[in-house]
Amino acid sequence: MYTCSDLRKGLKIMIDGEPYVITQYDFTKPGKGQALYKCKMRNMITGNMYDRTYRSGETFDPADLEDRSMQFLYKDESGYVFMDQKTYEQIALSEETLGDDRFFLIDNMEVKILAFNGQGIGITLPNFVNLRVVQADPWVKGDTAAGNNKPAQVESGYALQVPSFVEEGDLIQIDTRTGEYVTRVKE
Amino acid sequence: MSPASRNSRQPEPNWALARKQQTLRQRARILQRIRAFFVERDFLEVETPQRLPANAPETHIVPVPSGDWCLHSSPELCMKRLLAAGFEKLFQICHCWRGEERGSRHLSEFTMLEWYRVSADYRQLMEDCQQLLGRLAAKNTIGYQGRELDLSPPWERLTVAAAFRHHAPCSVTEALAADRFDELMALEIEPRLGVEKPVFLCDFPLEKAALARAKPDDPDCAERFELYLLGMELANGFSELTDPVEQRRRFAAEETARRDAGQTPYPLPEKFLTELPAMPDAAGIALGIDRLVMLLTDAAAIDEVVAFTPELL
Repeated sequence: MYTCSDLRKGLKIMIDGEPYVITQYDFTKPGKGQALYKCKMRNMITGNMYDRTYRSGETFDPADLEDRSMQFLYKDESGYVFMDQKTYEQIALSEETLGDDRFFLIDNMEVKILAFNGQGIGITLPNFVNLRVVQADPWVKGDTAAGNNKPAQVESGYALQVPSFVEEGDLIQIDTRTGEYVTRVKE
Repeated sequence: MSPASRNSRQPEPNWALARKQQTLRQRARILQRIRAFFVERDFLEVETPQRLPANAPETHIVPVPSGDWCLHSSPELCMKRLLAAGFEKLFQICHCWRGEERGSRHLSEFTMLEWYRVSADYRQLMEDCQQLLGRLAAKNTIGYQGRELDLSPPWERLTVAAAFRHHAPCSVTEALAADRFDELMALEIEPRLGVEKPVFLCDFPLEKAALARAKPDDPDCAERFELYLLGMELANGFSELTDPVEQRRRFAAEETARRDAGQTPYPLPEKFLTELPAMPDAAGIALGIDRLVMLLTDAAAIDEVVAFTPELL
């Protein structure tokens, strides 16, 4: 059982017998009033989005999902293809099902495939992935405080803010839970 | 090591901290200007203890325990005891703690500015707010997250009753009866306040103002206001309640509600209640420094305007 203080982006809960994932979360509290927990969530089966606001004291059931370790193979017209390394069974998930998670898939990466009634409805990624920067403005020496940032794009097409000293060709670590830059990776 | 000499063989700084340099410089300048504003107006800066035997009991504020005592949720009890002892104009900038509060505009440990004036009521505090913001903003407007706010005075004063009429599906009386006041305030009303110019939302129902004085001509309403800029609650001020009997009655009601909700019991602040009869008419206000810095530096989340969030510790 979850309580309101467990609510966060990425949490998966069961409502009326169907699994939902929280895609946006914020805590709010009108001046000296009662705490409210504002959630945007996606029905993991239909893909429909909902807004829900909870009050402290409410409780939630965790989404009852099976997870299976599978390896990401490739992307083709059927979608993103994963394989169970023991049974060699393959399944394909669509771009809509994966959402932004698709930007953090690397060939041969091991992920958890989440299934509900035997149907693949999402994945759980490792917390950190390493991706190569394919586009970033050059680093202007002498013009950089450590705190400056700039936009960059990595090989999967994902765009994010990076420190000014990160250059094209660098391998960087990204936190898949927040989508944010963590550090450069030494090679 | 100068930043320009950094290369890929040297260790990389913690990016989550390093990128805050510019904002933290702006924050420091804002704090300096706030102090200058109050010193010029003959306010005395004070420091009061952050660890207390008990806070003023409030149903929806969860104290953070510290041994048998707790960390203060606001410095107001000690500030008012100083007023009762003869101090006339006071301000304090300090950390305050409120348990179980974390969101894009909330931290459990945050920075508060409070100021108090004797022989004044909440209308004088509204004037102070207009002058303070005018002093802190570089121009007469604030650009925040793609929106523009006009700061030129005077700012609108909207009663809570009128706000419910304009923005909520029911009246304030109906909302209170259905226990939907907070929910409608947070979801329907707040986001629509202070969209073009800042707004003072004023005259709260008495039951939503545990430490404020009732309006002489409308005893069901308290002389309490909240300041909103672009839907963000920035400050909460009121004409102080100075009647010790009424104050004890309200504290007891709040403490009962706290215990009914299963919260840790705390004693009532007896020394404050004993000294309250000596407090002259006064008005006091609490303003969230972190949110003020967010507005002035165009920061989307409170995380960006403090060096460390709990998650970075």
